[in-house]
Amino acid sequence: MKEKYILEKRIEKGDFNKGGEASSKLKDLLRKLGVDSAVIRKTAIVTYELEMNIIIHSEGGWIRAAISREGIQIFAADDGPGIADLEKAFQPGYSTASDQVREMGFGAGLGLVNIKNYSDELKVDTKTGVGTKIRAIIHLV
Amino acid sequence: MKLIDIVEILGLEAIIAGNDQLEIMTACGADLMSDVLAFTQEKSLLLTGLTNPQVVRTAEMIDIKVIIFVRGKRPLVATVELAREKGIYLYLSARSMFECCGILYQNGLQPEEINGCFSPGEEE
Ligand SMILES: Nc1ncnc2c1ncn2[C@@H]1O[C@H](COP(=O)(O)OP(=O)(O)OP(=O)(O)O)[C@@H](O)[C@H]1O
Ligand SMILES: [Mg+2]
Repeated sequence: MKEKYILEKRIEKGDFNKGGEASSKLKDLLRKLGVDSAVIRKTAIVTYELEMNIIIHSEGGWIRAAISREGIQIFAADDGPGIADLEKAFQPGYSTASDQVREMGFGAGLGLVNIKNYSDELKVDTKTGVGTKIRAIIHLV
Repeated sequence: MKLIDIVEILGLEAIIAGNDQLEIMTACGADLMSDVLAFTQEKSLLLTGLTNPQVVRTAEMIDIKVIIFVRGKRPLVATVELAREKGIYLYLSARSMFECCGILYQNGLQPEEINGCFSPGEEE
């Protein structure tokens, strides 16, 4: 299946200054397209949590988004290190964030929980030493 | 509650002053970004002890219009710049988080409903 992305953005490891730019851009795009505001809010939250996880926990990656009849699809793909214990990672409060990251307000261990709660469909593919691919879909209304 | 009333009750210093008549329905206090994002209601006010630009980004994601920095912690220059760009109003309070929240609650401001108490994205 070939996707036509409405957004495609490289996310660099540790780049907190730009953290949230991809999500912000997607939010503006969806607003211009006249998407329902509750759908936009859910999309923004999911994208932002995915984007920050790439910055904080991975070696860098990509955020991509597409719209189809199914809804808004968000793709997060990174270059590793992968998530060793996925079940643990989805537990509220579980976080491997450093003290420095926690001081900035991240590391509650709630990002994946939020992603799950706000998306209508979620698929996670992760391989230790390779990377993580997450696809989230938010239905239009 | 109107923004002007909140500014008065808490004795806030404006960093980026907002429209006095802005209606604030609910508030949340949090020092963790994911905690803020777990709130589902359309909200307008965030109280926080964080001062970095990410707090503005987080607010932007869920359409928070006003941020109050508690305990006199001034936001970084980059934070103020981003807020200006995004049209988010910033205020400073010398009071603690607990005190700010208590005063606002006592004056009738409603707490946020947390995601999980009802289905996400559901509009009131
Ligand atoms: N893209 C990723 N690559 C590698 N590990 C990840 C990735 N995303 C999440 N993780 C792991 O899963 C844990 C839980 O992620 P989650 O987003 O729920 O919490 P957090 O990022 O630690 O804190 P918060 O999102 O609340 O600020 C992380 O601490 C990290 O160990
Ligand atoms: Mg996270």
